[in-house]
Amino acid sequence: MGKENIRALFILTLCLGIFPLFIRSDYYLSIMIFIGINAITVMGLSLLMGYAGQISLGHAAFIGIGAYCSGVLTVKFGFSIFTAFLCGLFLSAIMAMAIAIPTLKLKGHYLAVATLGFGEIIYIIFNELLGITGGPSGLSGIPPIHFLGYSFKGGVRYFYLVWAVAILLLIFSLNIIHSRIGRALRAVHGSEIAAEAMGVNVSQFKIQVFVLSALYASVAGSLYAHFVTFISPPTFGLFVSILLLMMVVMGGGGSIWGALLGAGILTILPEYLRAFKDFDILVYGIILMAILLFMPEGILKGLTVLVKWIKRE
Amino acid sequence: MDKERIVTSPLLETSRLRKFFGGLMAVADLSFTVMPGQIKAIIGPNGAGKTTLFNIITGIFPPTGGTIRFKGKEINGKKPHRIAQKGISRTFQTVELFGNMTVLENVMVGRHIRSKMGLIQSGLRLPGVKREERSILETAREKLDLVGLIQKANEPASGLPLGERKILEVARALATDPELILLDEPAAGLNETEMLRIAEIIRKIRKSGMTVLLVEHHMDLVMDISDEIVVLNYGQKIAEGPPEEVKKDQKVIDAYLGVEIEYA
Repeated sequence: MGKENIRALFILTLCLGIFPLFIRSDYYLSIMIFIGINAITVMGLSLLMGYAGQISLGHAAFIGIGAYCSGVLTVKFGFSIFTAFLCGLFLSAIMAMAIAIPTLKLKGHYLAVATLGFGEIIYIIFNELLGITGGPSGLSGIPPIHFLGYSFKGGVRYFYLVWAVAILLLIFSLNIIHSRIGRALRAVHGSEIAAEAMGVNVSQFKIQVFVLSALYASVAGSLYAHFVTFISPPTFGLFVSILLLMMVVMGGGGSIWGALLGAGILTILPEYLRAFKDFDILVYGIILMAILLFMPEGILKGLTVLVKWIKRE
Repeated sequence: MDKERIVTSPLLETSRLRKFFGGLMAVADLSFTVMPGQIKAIIGPNGAGKTTLFNIITGIFPPTGGTIRFKGKEINGKKPHRIAQKGISRTFQTVELFGNMTVLENVMVGRHIRSKMGLIQSGLRLPGVKREERSILETAREKLDLVGLIQKANEPASGLPLGERKILEVARALATDPELILLDEPAAGLNETEMLRIAEIIRKIRKSGMTVLLVEHHMDLVMDISDEIVVLNYGQKIAEGPPEEVKKDQKVIDAYLGVEIEYA
């Protein structure tokens, strides 16, 4: 995957590894945990959007499927945490295929429209299946993760768990990007007609990467459910799907590192904007607009250009 | 006797191939053959159906009627990626590079069908991935060297001048190890030196045993490198044969070449 990536990976792992040694506040730890959870979904979305050029407006629904499978199956049906997690993955994969197979065989932005509809349907299901999901009042009492008698209850432990998963998925993603699969995905983005002519089965690759990104979201959903122990439908609605998309675009569409940065910044930002009280949404919007205006290729690219410029001065 | 038959059986053969776009007949009952090892050119005025023919052969759209055989097997109606896997590669008239990738990566995509590591294997970097990746890289560099673009391997493909973009498309097509390569106006928009470079590359391709089918408007180039020429007009074949014969054909002169004026 190249020396630069390995170096960046090493630095990231090191920083995360020592983070809890210095910062013990539960508040900051939980923000870092949320960044990790969002980063997992956003990495999958980055493969789908940034690399393969396909847009999904319903990824929050896959997070929801992961979260509700973990929640409902452990609370109401007594499944083990791991089995419930696997059921979430399985259901997400099936759903993703059901959307992807008919829409991705067509050319054009059918996937965006189909995922938009899918997200709404799933949202309604979460709301209406009162007996199972608890409906609008949510589902509570989801057990924290324990594994071989070791409980991941505290902030520090969960921090390490979430980021270990995130780093492993980052390595997996980087491996894909720097392989023939990654090149095929980027080729699809660059020119579908030429990719086909080079023997790339375009619809098959689009379906594969969509299912993969749905699996990432499902993993994030399960981790989320066991962390907050309470889930309700609005967490998995259209607004969240768009927020995730924004993280990819803001960070820099063409790079998985950009996606990580986007997840970090857009997760932290609302916390710092609390100082603006009722105007926080307004300031948030202005900041997003400013980023898009001045760094149209994303924050990562913008920062690299800025650093180069400062060095030259 | 049997050996003889194998040697002379055509690599590509179309029979009564036709394509309608609504009421427009873009290709009309076209039958022609390409023999192994040949450089065959398709010429004709704009709108004669040349690019349409390429698009049908490579599976971008199915023919309305007729058949295409490649190595004796029918390939009409197959998907483009299946046809590429069978050994037909192509370049595009309107350059279709992967602008978001480097020159080298573009050619590496050409190795896609000659490698097989899947999503999971690649993601986990299972044994074999590294070896395959090295061989992809090696072959891609070889092809870039062959066309003389090796010094620009790590530049973004979108940054190359037109002539080199066209040459890069050829290298990418070659990376698939095709038996038949379709070149759609490889010399269009090129200057004199670049054209010589393309001609030289086409000769190199033939020398390595590949068969070439090209569409081209530069008559000097076509007459110079082709073994045989097919002339199309309004989707119909009006002549076929070696360059010297085609050049003298009255129908071809009327439809395309124009009247030759002899200066004293």
